[in-house]
Amino acid sequence: MEKLLEIKDLYANVGEKEILKGLNLTINKGEVHVVMGPNGAGKSTLANVIFNNPAYTKVSGSVEFEGENINDLSVDKIAKKGVFMSFQSPEEIPGISTFNFLKFAKGKITDKPVKVFEFKKQVEGFTEELNMNPKLIERNLNVGFSGGEKKKNEILQMLALNPKLAILDETDSGLDVDAIKTVSKGIEMYKNDENAVLIITHNTRILKHLKVDFVHVLVDGRIVKTGMGELATEIEENGYKEYNA
Amino acid sequence: MAKTQVEDINRNIYDIKNEDEYAFKMQKGLNREVVLEISKQKNDPDWMRELRLKALEVYNSLELPTWGPDLSELHMDDIATYVKPKSKLNTSWDDVPEEIKKTFDTLGIPEAEKKSLAGVGAQYDSEVVYHSMKEDLLKQGVVYLDMESAVREYPDLVKEHFMKCVPVNDHKFVALHAAVWSGGSFVYVPKGVKVDIPLQSYFRLNSPESGQFEHTLIIVDEGASLHFIEGCSAPKYNKVNLHAGCVELYVKDNAYLRYSTIENWSKNMMNLNTKKAIVGKNAQIDWVTGSFGSKISMLYPMSILNGEGAKTEYTGITFAGKGQNLDTGFKVIHNAPNTSSVVNSKSISKEGGSCTYRALVRVAERAKNAKCSVSCESLMLDDISRSDTIPVNDIQTDEVEFSHEAKIGKISDKEIFYLMSRGLSEEDARAMIVRGFAYPISKELPVEYAVEMNNLINMELEGSIG
Ligand SMILES: Nc1ncnc2c1ncn2[C@@H]1O[C@H](COP(=O)(O)OP(=O)(O)O)[C@@H](O)[C@H]1O
Ligand SMILES: [Mg+2]
Repeated sequence: MEKLLEIKDLYANVGEKEILKGLNLTINKGEVHVVMGPNGAGKSTLANVIFNNPAYTKVSGSVEFEGENINDLSVDKIAKKGVFMSFQSPEEIPGISTFNFLKFAKGKITDKPVKVFEFKKQVEGFTEELNMNPKLIERNLNVGFSGGEKKKNEILQMLALNPKLAILDETDSGLDVDAIKTVSKGIEMYKNDENAVLIITHNTRILKHLKVDFVHVLVDGRIVKTGMGELATEIEENGYKEYNA
Repeated sequence: MAKTQVEDINRNIYDIKNEDEYAFKMQKGLNREVVLEISKQKNDPDWMRELRLKALEVYNSLELPTWGPDLSELHMDDIATYVKPKSKLNTSWDDVPEEIKKTFDTLGIPEAEKKSLAGVGAQYDSEVVYHSMKEDLLKQGVVYLDMESAVREYPDLVKEHFMKCVPVNDHKFVALHAAVWSGGSFVYVPKGVKVDIPLQSYFRLNSPESGQFEHTLIIVDEGASLHFIEGCSAPKYNKVNLHAGCVELYVKDNAYLRYSTIENWSKNMMNLNTKKAIVGKNAQIDWVTGSFGSKISMLYPMSILNGEGAKTEYTGITFAGKGQNLDTGFKVIHNAPNTSSVVNSKSISKEGGSCTYRALVRVAERAKNAKCSVSCESLMLDDISRSDTIPVNDIQTDEVEFSHEAKIGKISDKEIFYLMSRGLSEEDARAMIVRGFAYPISKELPVEYAVEMNNLINMELEGSIG
């Protein structure tokens, strides 16, 4: 098995506040991981710290991607290595259409000119699979999109940019049953033996539609338990009570 | 992250300067002899010569404005008020001298004329070197001429309107303009004629230590409509250049005028321009303005809504970088019932640049049921830049709907992070966000100008990001 992401004994702060307190996590190619945990446990922090968001400070420990330490790489360089994140609240950017943005980002990530016609057909194919209004990609990036449209647009970007590791932060939250099915379908389409998915959620609904390899429970900045799919069921029944410090 | 410090950006095509070649360059400074010489060169009718001389007296009697940017670096003694290019007025680009034509080629003017304009005027220093309009507009009675030809060919129409919308004693630089004005465009659209493709005049100031004082006079007669585009630029010199143009717009009853401007002056320019419109019954004027460049700008387009039901919209953006003080704003006078105004102003400042939005809303007592809504937003790209809003509201009636909204903001780190997580560099991400901020304005511009504006933004942001 080939390691894609390896996080070792990671401590991270927001301002003075300690949030991650010795977190370890390894993700291999071909795997789907789920991180679950109560609100405020540090799940979004984990995603942001992997991406070296300058709003967070790594205090100690390391993040390695394909064997390379990416602790100090800038956000765009990490994206170019093949990491993607679906945002809990995607930003609205006026002045550029979703498709033109995707084309621009694809060019940056691959460092190659994008074959526009081909890429457009591919993106249109994805919007169809994701039950998105085909006109949405002509509209300014996320501007005036509904919550559900924004989440689907994140999955569309994942499919179009085709990263090696996709981190999905609460992509399922706030979606109705149909949208959750569609998002799961998007993840299935993306998934192959060479890439991996890290799903962050506080909710088990999406797991009903997806084949998952590992479930981790994140409480108070640490992974306190790792198991297989049934761990999710257990948490659904009992909540996080037994893990509280 | 490594900081790239760039003292002054390369403005590419705008900075290409030609040799300071001219047929005649007026001695520097301003006095009666200079004014008389300009008048003689222009072959002015008597009334115009008298107007110039009277304006000079007004100029001498008025003080420099002290309420705005510091104008102490402007010395009229160092400015040549009239520079006659080595070219006559032509109606074919082939006849324009090579050097001058090359400049306008680089700026894309002849190309735009072929693709998307109904007529073009091109001024180089103090004189219009090219003026032309499509045949079918001519047949419909539309007049589009350089200002000097209009003085000769339409004496009554010009005399009735010239310096009547903007009075000579409005302020010191209007008086200066009236004394030494040269070049500019005249447009007359007859009653009911709709000109659906824009006319454009482009003003290029090439000569160092000189001034450009073009006069634009547009009359859109009853029920007619027009889109007029004005472009301005100049290469950079180390000495001060002065632009004191004057724009007078008459939008008669039920007429429509859209007046779009992209100003891209170099950073040694003092831009002290005056623009006003008188708007008749149920008529409308829309201003779309992009102000880039210049060291100091004082520019406050004004709509005077004299007719019942007259409307105006102002959509403007100002971008101030290092060493720039851009003092702009919109003024509206509601002089009749049921008039309305909508103002949407944006400004961007960076590297210590300063943007001031200075506005006036006056609603006369008789302007019952007037509506006015003002929104100004500014974006500061760092902590050393400035942005101020100085609104003056003088509202004489209770029967008015008035709203004013002002927002000052910075680029959000979350937006930068979002875009960078898609592989964009920080520079690309910022430029994209700034373009997005400017988008509500740029989308109002003709496509080529929206593209130009985005290029200007990219140019301004290049290398300036830490
Ligand atoms: N930018 C921030 N500023 C201040 N506190 C933050 C910030 N981001 C996260 N936190 C705090 O860090 C803790 C973990 O947050 P987060 O990682 O978002 O939790 P989760 O995603 O598990 O709900 C919370 O207590 C939250 O309030
Ligand atoms: Mg979260």
